[in-house]
Amino acid sequence: MKLLLVGEYRDGRLAAETAELFGFAARLDAEVSMVLVGSADDLPAFDGRFYLADLETYGEYQPDVHKRLVFEAIEGEQPDVVVFLHSSYGWDLAPRIAAAMQTAQVSGVVGIDDGGYVVESCNGKMLRTVHPETPVAVLTLQPGAFEALKMDAQPEVIKLDTSSESAIKFVGCRQPEAGVDLTRAEVIVSAGRGVGSADQVALVEALASALGGEVGASRQAVDAGWLDRSRQIGTSGQSVSPALYVACGISGAIQHLAGMKGSGIVLAVNTDRDAPIASVADVLVVADVAEFLPALVEALEKR
Amino acid sequence: MNILVCIKQVPDMAGHFEPNEAATWFDEAGHAWRMNEYDTFAVEEAVRLKEQLGGEAEVTVLSIGPARVVETIRKAIAMGCDEGVHIDDADAPERDPWQIASMIAGFAAGRGFDLVFTGMQSEDRSSAQVGVLIAERLGVPCVTGITAFGWRDGEITVEREIEGGRNCSIRLKSPALLTCQQGLNSPRYPNLPSIMKAKRKALTILTPEELGLEKPKTRSTKFRLHERKTAGVVLEGDVQMLAVQVREILETKTAVLGKGGAR
Ligand SMILES: Cc1cc2nc3c(=O)[nH]c(=O)nc-3n(C[C@H](O)[C@H](O)[C@H](O)COP(=O)(O)OP(=O)(O)OC[C@H]3O[C@@H](n4cnc5c(N)ncnc54)[C@H](O)[C@@H]3O)c2cc1C
Repeated sequence: MKLLLVGEYRDGRLAAETAELFGFAARLDAEVSMVLVGSADDLPAFDGRFYLADLETYGEYQPDVHKRLVFEAIEGEQPDVVVFLHSSYGWDLAPRIAAAMQTAQVSGVVGIDDGGYVVESCNGKMLRTVHPETPVAVLTLQPGAFEALKMDAQPEVIKLDTSSESAIKFVGCRQPEAGVDLTRAEVIVSAGRGVGSADQVALVEALASALGGEVGASRQAVDAGWLDRSRQIGTSGQSVSPALYVACGISGAIQHLAGMKGSGIVLAVNTDRDAPIASVADVLVVADVAEFLPALVEALEKR
Repeated sequence: MNILVCIKQVPDMAGHFEPNEAATWFDEAGHAWRMNEYDTFAVEEAVRLKEQLGGEAEVTVLSIGPARVVETIRKAIAMGCDEGVHIDDADAPERDPWQIASMIAGFAAGRGFDLVFTGMQSEDRSSAQVGVLIAERLGVPCVTGITAFGWRDGEITVEREIEGGRNCSIRLKSPALLTCQQGLNSPRYPNLPSIMKAKRKALTILTPEELGLEKPKTRSTKFRLHERKTAGVVLEGDVQMLAVQVREILETKTAVLGKGGAR
Protein backbone atom coordinates (compact mmCIF):
# COMPACT_ATOMS: atom_id res chain seq x y z
CA MET A 1 0.00 0.00 0.00
CA LYS A 2 1.23 3.50 -0.91
CA LEU A 3 0.43 6.48 1.29
CA LEU A 4 0.87 10.14 0.51
CA LEU A 5 1.02 11.99 3.82
CA VAL A 6 0.13 15.66 3.89
CA GLY A 7 2.33 17.38 6.46
CA GLU A 8 1.49 20.71 7.89
CA TYR A 9 3.11 23.96 8.97
CA ARG A 10 1.44 26.00 11.67
CA ASP A 11 2.58 29.39 12.85
CA GLY A 12 5.75 29.10 10.80
CA ARG A 13 6.77 25.72 12.20
CA LEU A 14 6.26 22.07 11.41
CA ALA A 15 3.16 20.96 13.37
CA ALA A 16 4.20 18.40 15.99
CA GLU A 17 1.31 16.07 15.09
CA THR A 18 2.90 15.53 11.66
CA ALA A 19 4.84 12.73 13.34
CA GLU A 20 1.50 10.95 13.95
CA LEU A 21 1.06 10.57 10.19
CA PHE A 22 4.18 8.40 10.20
CA GLY A 23 2.84 6.44 13.17
CA PHE A 24 -0.31 5.72 11.20
CA ALA A 25 1.70 4.66 8.12
CA ALA A 26 3.74 2.29 10.28
CA ARG A 27 0.53 0.67 11.55
CA LEU A 28 -0.39 -0.10 7.94
CA ASP A 29 3.15 -1.09 7.08
CA ALA A 30 2.85 1.18 4.07
CA GLU A 31 5.28 2.83 1.70
CA VAL A 32 5.24 6.59 2.33
CA SER A 33 5.86 9.85 0.61
CA MET A 34 4.98 13.28 1.95
CA VAL A 35 3.82 16.59 0.57
CA LEU A 36 4.27 19.76 2.57
CA VAL A 37 4.11 23.49 2.16
CA GLY A 38 6.96 24.39 4.44
CA SER A 39 10.52 25.53 4.63
CA ALA A 40 13.60 23.46 3.87
CA ASP A 41 15.21 24.02 7.28
CA ASP A 42 12.49 22.25 9.31
CA LEU A 43 11.53 18.99 7.64
CA PRO A 44 10.69 15.62 9.13
CA ALA A 45 13.08 12.78 8.45
CA PHE A 46 11.84 9.64 6.74
CA ASP A 47 12.70 7.26 3.96
CA GLY A 48 10.78 8.26 0.84
CA ARG A 49 9.99 11.07 -1.56
CA PHE A 50 9.30 14.53 -0.21
CA TYR A 51 7.25 16.97 -2.29
CA LEU A 52 8.07 20.38 -0.94
CA ALA A 53 6.51 23.73 -1.78
CA ASP A 54 7.82 26.96 -0.36
CA LEU A 55 5.95 28.38 2.62
CA GLU A 56 6.97 31.97 1.86
CA THR A 57 5.51 31.76 -1.62
CA TYR A 58 2.35 29.76 -0.93
CA GLY A 59 1.48 30.76 2.64
CA GLU A 60 0.00 28.74 5.48
CA TYR A 61 -3.64 29.01 4.44
CA GLN A 62 -4.35 29.36 0.73
CA PRO A 63 -6.54 26.32 0.29
CA ASP A 64 -7.07 26.63 -3.45
CA VAL A 65 -3.32 26.98 -4.04
CA HIS A 66 -2.46 24.17 -1.62
CA LYS A 67 -5.04 22.00 -3.34
CA ARG A 68 -3.14 22.39 -6.62
CA LEU A 69 0.17 21.60 -4.90
CA VAL A 70 -1.12 18.48 -3.16
CA PHE A 71 -2.73 17.42 -6.38
CA GLU A 72 0.61 17.63 -8.18
CA ALA A 73 2.17 15.35 -5.61
CA ILE A 74 -0.74 12.94 -6.06
CA GLU A 75 -0.15 12.90 -9.81
CA GLY A 76 3.53 12.20 -9.26
CA GLU A 77 3.02 9.55 -6.61
CA GLN A 78 -0.27 7.83 -7.52
CA PRO A 79 -0.95 6.84 -3.87
CA ASP A 80 -3.68 4.48 -2.66
CA VAL A 81 -4.42 6.70 0.30
CA VAL A 82 -3.89 10.42 0.91
CA VAL A 83 -3.59 11.13 4.62
CA PHE A 84 -4.18 14.46 6.38
CA LEU A 85 -4.49 15.40 10.04
CA HIS A 86 -8.01 16.26 11.16
CA SER A 87 -6.83 19.78 11.99
CA SER A 88 -8.01 23.19 10.87
CA TYR A 89 -5.68 22.70 7.88
CA GLY A 90 -6.62 19.10 7.13
CA TRP A 91 -10.39 19.18 7.46
CA ASP A 92 -10.41 22.23 5.22
CA LEU A 93 -8.15 20.86 2.49
CA ALA A 94 -9.00 17.14 2.45
CA PRO A 95 -12.53 17.46 0.98
CA ARG A 96 -11.14 19.69 -1.78
CA ILE A 97 -8.81 16.86 -2.77
CA ALA A 98 -11.55 14.23 -2.41
CA ALA A 99 -13.82 16.35 -4.64
CA ALA A 100 -11.12 16.82 -7.28
CA MET A 101 -10.35 13.10 -7.32
CA GLN A 102 -13.98 12.00 -6.91
CA THR A 103 -12.89 9.70 -4.11
CA ALA A 104 -14.14 8.60 -0.72
CA GLN A 105 -13.09 10.58 2.33
CA VAL A 106 -13.11 9.33 5.91
CA SER A 107 -12.82 12.08 8.55
CA GLY A 108 -11.36 11.96 12.04
CA VAL A 109 -9.90 8.44 11.92
CA VAL A 110 -9.04 7.06 15.37
CA GLY A 111 -8.32 3.44 14.47
CA ILE A 112 -7.92 0.78 11.81
CA ASP A 113 -10.35 -2.12 11.63
CA ASP A 114 -10.64 -4.84 9.09
CA GLY A 115 -9.94 -2.87 5.92
CA GLY A 116 -11.94 0.07 7.25
CA TYR A 117 -11.25 3.08 9.42
CA VAL A 118 -12.74 3.69 12.84
CA VAL A 119 -14.27 7.11 13.50
CA GLU A 120 -16.18 8.65 16.38
CA SER A 121 -19.84 9.57 16.05
CA CYS A 122 -22.46 11.33 18.15
CA ASN A 123 -20.04 13.68 19.92
CA GLY A 124 -17.64 10.89 20.75
CA LYS A 125 -20.15 8.58 22.42
CA MET A 126 -20.25 6.05 19.60
CA LEU A 127 -17.84 4.53 17.08
CA ARG A 128 -18.34 3.17 13.58
CA THR A 129 -16.12 1.67 10.92
CA VAL A 130 -16.12 3.40 7.56
CA HIS A 131 -15.07 1.59 4.39
CA PRO A 132 -14.05 3.60 1.34
CA GLU A 133 -15.68 2.24 -1.82
CA THR A 134 -13.33 3.93 -4.27
CA PRO A 135 -9.86 2.75 -5.35
CA VAL A 136 -8.19 5.76 -3.73
CA ALA A 137 -9.23 7.17 -0.35
CA VAL A 138 -8.62 10.44 1.46
CA LEU A 139 -8.33 10.29 5.26
CA THR A 140 -8.01 12.80 8.06
CA LEU A 141 -6.54 11.43 11.31
CA GLN A 142 -7.78 12.62 14.67
CA PRO A 143 -4.79 14.27 16.38
CA GLY A 144 -3.65 12.20 19.33
CA ALA A 145 -5.14 8.95 18.00
CA PHE A 146 -1.93 7.50 16.55
CA GLU A 147 1.48 7.32 18.06
CA ALA A 148 3.98 9.96 16.97
CA LEU A 149 6.86 8.29 15.18
CA LYS A 150 10.23 9.92 14.64
CA MET A 151 12.49 8.53 11.93
CA ASP A 152 15.99 9.35 10.85
CA ALA A 153 16.43 8.59 7.13
CA GLN A 154 16.86 11.40 4.61
CA PRO A 155 14.00 11.85 2.15
CA GLU A 156 14.56 12.68 -1.50
CA VAL A 157 13.24 16.24 -1.91
CA ILE A 158 11.22 17.18 -5.00
CA LYS A 159 10.31 20.86 -5.39
CA LEU A 160 6.70 21.72 -6.21
CA ASP A 161 5.50 24.87 -7.89
CA THR A 162 2.18 26.20 -9.08
CA SER A 163 0.54 29.53 -9.73
CA SER A 164 -0.02 31.39 -6.48
CA GLU A 165 -3.26 32.91 -7.72
CA SER A 166 -5.95 32.52 -5.07
CA ALA A 167 -9.57 33.49 -4.56
CA ILE A 168 -8.88 33.51 -0.83
CA LYS A 169 -6.68 36.23 0.59
CA PHE A 170 -4.98 35.42 3.85
CA VAL A 171 -4.58 38.66 5.79
CA GLY A 172 -2.90 37.49 9.00
CA CYS A 173 -3.33 35.92 12.41
CA ARG A 174 -3.90 37.36 15.85
CA GLN A 175 -2.25 35.58 18.75
CA PRO A 176 -4.67 34.81 21.57
CA GLU A 177 -4.90 37.51 24.21
CA ALA A 178 -2.75 36.85 27.21
CA GLY A 179 -4.78 36.09 30.31
CA VAL A 180 -4.69 33.67 33.17
CA ASP A 181 -1.92 31.11 32.90
CA LEU A 182 -3.45 27.80 33.92
CA THR A 183 -0.49 25.71 32.88
CA ARG A 184 1.09 25.90 36.34
CA ALA A 185 -2.08 25.42 38.41
CA GLU A 186 -2.07 22.46 40.82
CA VAL A 187 -5.86 22.25 40.86
CA ILE A 188 -8.27 23.27 38.11
CA VAL A 189 -12.04 23.15 38.43
CA SER A 190 -13.62 23.59 35.01
CA ALA A 191 -17.12 24.62 34.05
CA GLY A 192 -18.91 23.19 31.02
CA ARG A 193 -22.28 23.72 29.48
CA GLY A 194 -23.84 21.34 32.01
CA VAL A 195 -23.28 24.00 34.67
CA GLY A 196 -26.40 25.51 33.18
CA SER A 197 -26.08 29.29 33.48
CA ALA A 198 -23.72 32.17 34.22
CA ASP A 199 -25.08 32.35 37.78
CA GLN A 200 -24.29 28.74 38.47
CA VAL A 201 -20.62 29.32 37.60
CA ALA A 202 -20.40 30.61 41.20
CA LEU A 203 -20.74 26.98 42.34
CA VAL A 204 -17.66 26.07 40.32
CA GLU A 205 -15.77 29.07 41.67
CA ALA A 206 -16.69 28.08 45.21
CA LEU A 207 -15.28 24.60 44.70
CA ALA A 208 -12.13 26.00 43.09
CA SER A 209 -11.60 28.26 46.04
CA ALA A 210 -12.27 25.46 48.55
CA LEU A 211 -9.59 23.41 46.77
CA GLY A 212 -7.22 26.33 46.40
CA GLY A 213 -7.35 26.05 42.61
CA GLU A 214 -8.11 27.95 39.43
CA VAL A 215 -11.28 27.99 37.35
CA GLY A 216 -11.10 26.58 33.84
CA ALA A 217 -13.75 26.25 31.15
CA SER A 218 -14.89 24.26 28.15
CA ARG A 219 -15.38 26.11 24.94
CA GLN A 220 -19.13 26.03 25.43
CA ALA A 221 -18.86 27.84 28.74
CA VAL A 222 -16.61 30.45 27.13
CA ASP A 223 -18.77 30.95 24.06
CA ALA A 224 -21.80 31.36 26.29
CA GLY A 225 -19.94 34.28 27.88
CA TRP A 226 -19.79 32.70 31.34
CA LEU A 227 -16.02 32.76 31.60
CA ASP A 228 -13.12 34.55 29.97
CA ARG A 229 -11.65 33.01 26.82
CA SER A 230 -8.23 32.82 28.44
CA ARG A 231 -9.65 30.11 30.74
CA GLN A 232 -10.57 27.78 27.89
CA ILE A 233 -8.95 24.37 27.99
CA GLY A 234 -8.47 22.27 24.87
CA THR A 235 -7.09 22.34 21.36
CA SER A 236 -8.01 25.97 20.85
CA GLY A 237 -7.24 26.97 24.41
CA GLN A 238 -4.63 26.01 26.99
CA SER A 239 -3.11 22.60 27.60
CA VAL A 240 -2.93 21.92 31.31
CA SER A 241 -1.60 19.21 33.60
CA PRO A 242 -2.72 19.91 37.17
CA ALA A 243 -2.50 17.33 39.96
CA LEU A 244 -6.32 17.47 40.17
CA TYR A 245 -8.71 18.34 37.35
CA VAL A 246 -12.41 18.62 38.11
CA ALA A 247 -14.70 18.65 35.05
CA CYS A 248 -18.13 20.00 35.96
CA GLY A 249 -20.84 19.43 33.34
CA ILE A 250 -18.28 18.80 30.58
CA SER A 251 -19.03 16.05 28.06
CA GLY A 252 -15.38 15.38 27.22
CA ALA A 253 -15.25 16.17 23.51
CA ILE A 254 -11.97 15.14 21.93
CA GLN A 255 -10.93 18.78 21.58
CA HIS A 256 -11.41 19.32 25.31
CA LEU A 257 -9.65 16.10 26.30
CA ALA A 258 -6.64 17.12 24.22
CA GLY A 259 -6.05 19.98 26.64
CA MET A 260 -6.36 18.12 29.96
CA LYS A 261 -5.32 14.51 29.32
CA GLY A 262 -2.07 15.10 31.13
CA SER A 263 -3.81 15.82 34.45
CA GLY A 264 -3.06 13.71 37.53
CA ILE A 265 -6.41 12.81 39.05
CA VAL A 266 -9.52 13.62 37.02
CA LEU A 267 -12.83 14.01 38.79
CA ALA A 268 -15.87 14.41 36.53
CA VAL A 269 -19.34 15.45 37.58
CA ASN A 270 -21.92 14.62 34.95
CA THR A 271 -25.56 13.53 34.79
CA ASP A 272 -24.77 11.25 31.82
CA ARG A 273 -22.74 8.19 32.79
CA ASP A 274 -22.01 7.48 29.08
CA ALA A 275 -20.40 10.89 28.55
CA PRO A 276 -16.96 10.57 26.89
CA ILE A 277 -15.32 12.32 29.86
CA ALA A 278 -15.63 8.91 31.57
CA SER A 279 -12.72 7.70 29.45
CA VAL A 280 -10.27 9.93 31.31
CA ALA A 281 -12.01 10.22 34.68
CA ASP A 282 -10.53 8.51 37.72
CA VAL A 283 -13.78 9.30 39.47
CA LEU A 284 -17.05 9.92 37.65
CA VAL A 285 -19.75 11.26 39.92
CA VAL A 286 -23.11 10.79 38.24
CA ALA A 287 -24.96 13.79 39.64
CA ASP A 288 -26.33 17.23 38.90
CA VAL A 289 -23.62 19.85 39.39
CA ALA A 290 -26.13 22.16 41.07
CA GLU A 291 -26.62 19.60 43.84
CA PHE A 292 -23.24 17.95 44.05
CA LEU A 293 -20.89 20.95 44.00
CA PRO A 294 -22.38 22.69 47.07
CA ALA A 295 -22.43 19.35 48.88
CA LEU A 296 -18.75 18.77 48.13
CA VAL A 297 -17.80 22.30 49.19
CA GLU A 298 -19.64 21.73 52.45
CA ALA A 299 -17.97 18.36 52.99
CA LEU A 300 -14.56 19.93 52.39
CA GLU A 301 -15.28 22.76 54.80
CA LYS A 302 -16.26 20.30 57.52
CA ARG A 303 -12.81 18.78 57.56
CA MET B 1 -28.83 39.25 -2.56
CA ASN B 2 -29.62 35.59 -2.47
CA ILE B 3 -28.50 33.47 0.52
CA LEU B 4 -28.75 29.74 1.11
CA VAL B 5 -28.42 28.10 4.54
CA CYS B 6 -28.07 24.33 4.82
CA ILE B 7 -29.16 22.72 8.06
CA LYS B 8 -29.37 19.23 9.50
CA GLN B 9 -31.62 17.85 12.17
CA VAL B 10 -29.76 15.75 14.75
CA PRO B 11 -30.72 13.98 17.95
CA ASP B 12 -29.93 15.44 21.34
CA MET B 13 -26.42 14.15 22.03
CA ALA B 14 -27.14 13.56 25.72
CA GLY B 15 -29.58 10.81 24.67
CA HIS B 16 -28.83 7.10 24.63
CA PHE B 17 -27.75 5.59 21.29
CA GLU B 18 -28.50 2.04 20.21
CA PRO B 19 -27.26 0.56 16.91
CA ASN B 20 -29.93 -0.20 14.29
CA GLU B 21 -30.37 -3.82 13.19
CA ALA B 22 -27.66 -3.69 10.51
CA ALA B 23 -25.40 -1.70 12.89
CA THR B 24 -24.83 0.85 10.14
CA TRP B 25 -26.17 3.78 12.19
CA PHE B 26 -28.36 4.34 15.26
CA ASP B 27 -31.93 3.33 15.87
CA GLU B 28 -34.03 6.49 15.73
CA ALA B 29 -36.57 5.34 18.31
CA GLY B 30 -36.82 7.47 21.42
CA HIS B 31 -34.62 10.37 20.30
CA ALA B 32 -35.48 14.04 20.73
CA TRP B 33 -34.55 15.99 17.58
CA ARG B 34 -33.20 19.48 17.15
CA MET B 35 -31.11 21.64 14.82
CA ASN B 36 -27.43 20.70 14.58
CA GLU B 37 -25.75 23.31 16.75
CA TYR B 38 -23.20 24.44 14.13
CA ASP B 39 -26.13 25.06 11.77
CA THR B 40 -27.83 27.38 14.26
CA PHE B 41 -24.81 29.68 13.84
CA ALA B 42 -25.24 29.48 10.05
CA VAL B 43 -28.92 30.45 10.25
CA GLU B 44 -28.23 33.29 12.67
CA GLU B 45 -25.43 34.75 10.53
CA ALA B 46 -27.56 34.63 7.37
CA VAL B 47 -30.43 36.38 9.12
CA ARG B 48 -28.09 39.03 10.57
CA LEU B 49 -26.72 39.74 7.11
CA LYS B 50 -30.26 40.13 5.77
CA GLU B 51 -30.97 42.59 8.57
CA GLN B 52 -27.75 44.48 7.83
CA LEU B 53 -28.85 44.81 4.21
CA GLY B 54 -32.19 46.22 5.31
CA GLY B 55 -34.18 43.33 3.97
CA GLU B 56 -32.56 43.55 0.50
CA ALA B 57 -31.87 39.85 0.73
CA GLU B 58 -33.71 36.59 0.64
CA VAL B 59 -32.62 33.69 2.83
CA THR B 60 -33.55 30.16 1.76
CA VAL B 61 -33.11 27.37 4.28
CA LEU B 62 -32.68 23.80 3.08
CA SER B 63 -32.73 20.49 4.91
CA ILE B 64 -32.56 16.90 3.72
CA GLY B 65 -34.29 14.13 5.61
CA PRO B 66 -37.51 12.35 6.52
CA ALA B 67 -40.69 14.20 7.46
CA ARG B 68 -39.36 14.99 10.94
CA VAL B 69 -36.93 17.59 9.56
CA VAL B 70 -39.80 19.93 8.59
CA GLU B 71 -39.98 21.03 12.20
CA THR B 72 -36.34 22.16 12.11
CA ILE B 73 -36.86 23.98 8.80
CA ARG B 74 -39.75 25.84 10.47
CA LYS B 75 -37.51 26.73 13.39
CA ALA B 76 -35.06 28.35 10.94
CA ILE B 77 -37.92 30.24 9.30
CA ALA B 78 -39.08 31.42 12.71
CA MET B 79 -35.51 32.69 13.27
CA GLY B 80 -35.84 34.81 10.12
CA CYS B 81 -35.27 32.72 6.99
CA ASP B 82 -37.70 33.54 4.16
CA GLU B 83 -38.11 30.35 2.20
CA GLY B 84 -37.92 26.69 3.21
CA VAL B 85 -36.83 23.76 1.04
CA HIS B 86 -37.32 20.19 2.18
CA ILE B 87 -35.53 17.47 0.25
CA ASP B 88 -37.74 14.62 1.27
CA ASP B 89 -35.40 11.67 1.75
CA ALA B 90 -36.07 8.97 4.32
CA ASP B 91 -32.62 7.48 3.69
CA ALA B 92 -30.74 10.73 4.36
CA PRO B 93 -29.48 9.81 7.86
CA GLU B 94 -27.34 7.02 6.38
CA ARG B 95 -26.16 8.81 3.27
CA ASP B 96 -22.51 9.76 3.14
CA PRO B 97 -21.23 13.35 2.78
CA TRP B 98 -20.68 12.87 -0.95
CA GLN B 99 -24.34 12.06 -1.52
CA ILE B 100 -25.63 14.88 0.67
CA ALA B 101 -23.38 17.34 -1.16
CA SER B 102 -24.53 16.02 -4.53
CA MET B 103 -28.14 16.88 -3.68
CA ILE B 104 -27.43 20.31 -2.21
CA ALA B 105 -25.15 21.29 -5.08
CA GLY B 106 -27.84 19.97 -7.43
CA PHE B 107 -30.31 22.33 -5.80
CA ALA B 108 -27.98 25.35 -5.64
CA ALA B 109 -26.59 25.07 -9.18
CA GLY B 110 -28.13 27.69 -11.42
CA ARG B 111 -30.05 29.37 -8.60
CA GLY B 112 -27.47 32.13 -8.26
CA PHE B 113 -26.81 32.12 -4.53
CA ASP B 114 -24.40 34.89 -3.56
CA LEU B 115 -23.60 33.19 -0.28
CA VAL B 116 -24.07 29.73 1.16
CA PHE B 117 -23.77 29.14 4.91
CA THR B 118 -23.48 25.67 6.44
CA GLY B 119 -22.41 24.39 9.83
CA MET B 120 -18.77 23.28 9.96
CA GLN B 121 -19.84 19.72 10.79
CA SER B 122 -22.76 17.76 12.13
CA GLU B 123 -22.71 16.64 15.73
CA ASP B 124 -23.68 13.06 14.87
CA ARG B 125 -21.46 12.22 11.86
CA SER B 126 -18.82 14.96 12.39
CA SER B 127 -17.36 14.55 8.91
CA ALA B 128 -16.85 18.27 8.22
CA GLN B 129 -17.03 17.51 4.49
CA VAL B 130 -20.42 18.56 3.16
CA GLY B 131 -19.85 22.32 3.02
CA VAL B 132 -16.50 22.07 1.23
CA LEU B 133 -17.81 19.44 -1.20
CA ILE B 134 -20.73 21.70 -2.15
CA ALA B 135 -18.36 24.63 -2.73
CA GLU B 136 -16.06 22.53 -4.90
CA ARG B 137 -19.00 21.33 -6.97
CA LEU B 138 -20.29 24.86 -7.39
CA GLY B 139 -16.79 26.15 -8.08
CA VAL B 140 -16.98 28.88 -5.44
CA PRO B 141 -14.35 29.76 -2.83
CA CYS B 142 -14.91 28.39 0.64
CA VAL B 143 -13.58 29.02 4.14
CA THR B 144 -14.25 26.49 6.90
CA GLY B 145 -14.92 27.07 10.57
CA ILE B 146 -15.52 30.81 10.58
CA THR B 147 -15.78 32.60 13.94
CA ALA B 148 -16.42 36.13 12.57
CA PHE B 149 -18.07 37.44 9.42
CA GLY B 150 -18.26 40.83 7.75
CA TRP B 151 -19.83 41.88 4.43
CA ARG B 152 -19.35 45.02 2.34
CA ASP B 153 -20.65 45.13 -1.23
CA GLY B 154 -19.71 41.58 -2.07
CA GLU B 155 -16.38 41.76 -0.19
CA ILE B 156 -16.29 39.25 2.61
CA THR B 157 -13.97 39.30 5.61
CA VAL B 158 -14.03 36.30 7.92
CA GLU B 159 -12.05 35.04 10.84
CA ARG B 160 -11.07 31.46 11.18
CA GLU B 161 -9.77 29.90 14.31
CA ILE B 162 -6.80 27.59 14.21
CA GLU B 163 -5.07 25.44 16.81
CA GLY B 164 -3.60 27.22 19.79
CA GLY B 165 -6.40 29.80 19.88
CA ARG B 166 -5.08 31.97 17.04
CA ASN B 167 -7.62 33.75 14.85
CA CYS B 168 -6.74 34.34 11.23
CA SER B 169 -8.36 36.97 9.09
CA ILE B 170 -9.26 36.08 5.51
CA ARG B 171 -10.80 37.98 2.59
CA LEU B 172 -12.76 36.63 -0.32
CA LYS B 173 -15.46 37.70 -2.74
CA SER B 174 -19.00 36.54 -3.25
CA PRO B 175 -20.22 34.09 -4.46
CA ALA B 176 -18.74 31.96 -1.68
CA LEU B 177 -19.52 29.25 0.84
CA LEU B 178 -18.73 29.53 4.55
CA THR B 179 -18.93 26.84 7.20
CA CYS B 180 -19.73 28.13 10.67
CA GLN B 181 -18.00 27.33 13.95
CA GLN B 182 -18.96 27.93 17.57
CA GLY B 183 -18.23 31.45 18.72
CA LEU B 184 -19.50 33.07 15.48
CA ASN B 185 -22.64 34.43 17.13
CA SER B 186 -25.36 33.68 19.68
CA PRO B 187 -28.38 32.32 17.83
CA ARG B 188 -31.64 34.06 18.66
CA TYR B 189 -34.73 32.52 20.17
CA PRO B 190 -37.68 33.17 17.87
CA ASN B 191 -40.70 34.87 19.43
CA LEU B 192 -44.19 33.41 19.44
CA PRO B 193 -45.60 35.39 16.47
CA SER B 194 -42.65 34.30 14.28
CA ILE B 195 -43.14 30.71 15.37
CA MET B 196 -46.84 30.89 14.49
CA LYS B 197 -46.07 32.50 11.14
CA ALA B 198 -43.42 29.92 10.32
CA LYS B 199 -45.94 27.14 10.95
CA ARG B 200 -48.13 28.42 8.12
CA LYS B 201 -45.32 28.92 5.62
CA ALA B 202 -45.56 26.76 2.50
CA LEU B 203 -42.35 24.79 1.87
CA THR B 204 -40.84 23.66 -1.43
CA ILE B 205 -40.62 19.87 -1.44
CA LEU B 206 -38.15 18.13 -3.75
CA THR B 207 -36.94 14.57 -4.23
CA PRO B 208 -33.33 13.34 -4.16
CA GLU B 209 -33.63 12.07 -7.75
CA GLU B 210 -34.62 15.41 -9.24
CA LEU B 211 -31.56 16.99 -7.60
CA GLY B 212 -29.14 14.45 -9.00
CA LEU B 213 -28.44 12.18 -6.03
CA GLU B 214 -25.20 10.26 -6.64
CA LYS B 215 -23.96 6.91 -5.37
CA PRO B 216 -22.16 6.74 -2.01
CA LYS B 217 -18.36 6.63 -1.80
CA THR B 218 -18.22 5.03 1.64
CA ARG B 219 -20.07 2.42 3.63
CA SER B 220 -20.49 2.32 7.42
CA THR B 221 -20.46 -0.80 9.57
CA LYS B 222 -20.27 -1.74 13.24
CA PHE B 223 -21.90 1.31 14.72
CA ARG B 224 -21.25 0.70 18.40
CA LEU B 225 -20.82 2.21 21.81
CA HIS B 226 -17.42 3.80 22.32
CA GLU B 227 -16.40 1.52 25.15
CA ARG B 228 -14.09 3.38 27.45
CA LYS B 229 -11.63 1.82 29.71
CA THR B 230 -12.50 3.85 32.75
CA ALA B 231 -9.44 3.64 34.85
CA GLY B 232 -11.61 4.89 37.64
CA VAL B 233 -14.78 4.47 39.60
CA VAL B 234 -18.32 5.53 38.86
CA LEU B 235 -20.18 6.86 41.87
CA GLU B 236 -23.93 7.29 42.09
CA GLY B 237 -26.45 7.95 44.82
CA ASP B 238 -27.25 10.54 47.44
CA VAL B 239 -25.20 13.72 46.92
CA GLN B 240 -24.27 14.16 50.59
CA MET B 241 -22.85 10.64 50.64
CA LEU B 242 -21.14 11.20 47.31
CA ALA B 243 -19.52 14.37 48.63
CA VAL B 244 -18.06 12.52 51.59
CA GLN B 245 -16.83 9.69 49.36
CA VAL B 246 -15.18 12.13 46.99
CA ARG B 247 -13.55 14.00 49.88
CA GLU B 248 -12.06 10.73 51.07
CA ILE B 249 -10.75 9.95 47.60
CA LEU B 250 -9.16 13.40 47.40
CA GLU B 251 -7.60 12.88 50.80
CA THR B 252 -6.08 9.53 49.96
CA LYS B 253 -5.24 9.93 46.27
CA THR B 254 -4.09 13.53 46.07
CA ALA B 255 -2.07 15.95 48.11
CA VAL B 256 -4.19 18.93 47.14
CA LEU B 257 -6.16 19.14 50.37
CA GLY B 258 -2.99 19.62 52.34
CA LYS B 259 -1.70 22.44 50.15
CA GLY B 260 -3.77 25.50 50.89
CA GLY B 261 -6.81 23.63 49.70
CA ALA B 262 -9.82 23.30 51.99
CA ARG B 263 -8.64 24.37 55.38
C1 LIG C 1 -12.03 22.98 15.85
C2 LIG C 1 -12.63 22.83 17.19
C3 LIG C 1 -11.89 23.24 18.28
C4 LIG C 1 -12.43 23.12 19.54
N1 LIG C 1 -11.68 23.50 20.61
C5 LIG C 1 -12.17 23.29 21.85
C6 LIG C 1 -11.39 23.60 23.01
O1 LIG C 1 -10.27 24.09 22.94
N2 LIG C 1 -11.93 23.36 24.23
C7 LIG C 1 -13.18 22.82 24.39
O2 LIG C 1 -13.61 22.62 25.54
N3 LIG C 1 -13.93 22.54 23.31
C8 LIG C 1 -13.46 22.75 22.06
N4 LIG C 1 -14.25 22.48 20.99
C9 LIG C 1 -15.66 22.17 21.21
C10 LIG C 1 -15.92 20.74 21.60
O3 LIG C 1 -16.08 19.98 20.42
C11 LIG C 1 -17.22 20.65 22.42
O4 LIG C 1 -18.28 21.24 21.71
C12 LIG C 1 -17.12 21.31 23.79
O5 LIG C 1 -15.93 20.91 24.45
C13 LIG C 1 -18.30 20.91 24.60
O6 LIG C 1 -18.34 21.65 25.79
P1 LIG C 1 -19.14 21.08 27.04
O7 LIG C 1 -18.59 19.75 27.40
O8 LIG C 1 -19.13 22.15 28.06
O9 LIG C 1 -20.63 20.98 26.50
P2 LIG C 1 -21.50 19.74 26.06
O10 LIG C 1 -20.81 18.89 25.10
O11 LIG C 1 -22.82 20.28 25.72
O12 LIG C 1 -21.60 18.88 27.40
C14 LIG C 1 -22.35 19.24 28.51
C15 LIG C 1 -22.26 18.08 29.47
O13 LIG C 1 -22.89 18.43 30.68
C16 LIG C 1 -23.68 17.38 31.13
N5 LIG C 1 -24.74 17.94 31.96
C17 LIG C 1 -25.86 18.59 31.55
N6 LIG C 1 -26.55 19.04 32.60
C18 LIG C 1 -25.85 18.68 33.69
C19 LIG C 1 -26.05 18.90 35.09
N7 LIG C 1 -27.10 19.56 35.56
N8 LIG C 1 -25.13 18.40 35.95
C20 LIG C 1 -24.03 17.70 35.47
N9 LIG C 1 -23.80 17.51 34.18
C21 LIG C 1 -24.69 17.99 33.30
C22 LIG C 1 -24.17 16.69 29.89
O14 LIG C 1 -24.49 15.32 30.17
C23 LIG C 1 -22.96 16.83 28.97
O15 LIG C 1 -22.09 15.72 29.10
C24 LIG C 1 -13.73 22.59 19.71
C25 LIG C 1 -14.46 22.19 18.62
C26 LIG C 1 -13.93 22.28 17.35
C27 LIG C 1 -14.72 21.79 16.18
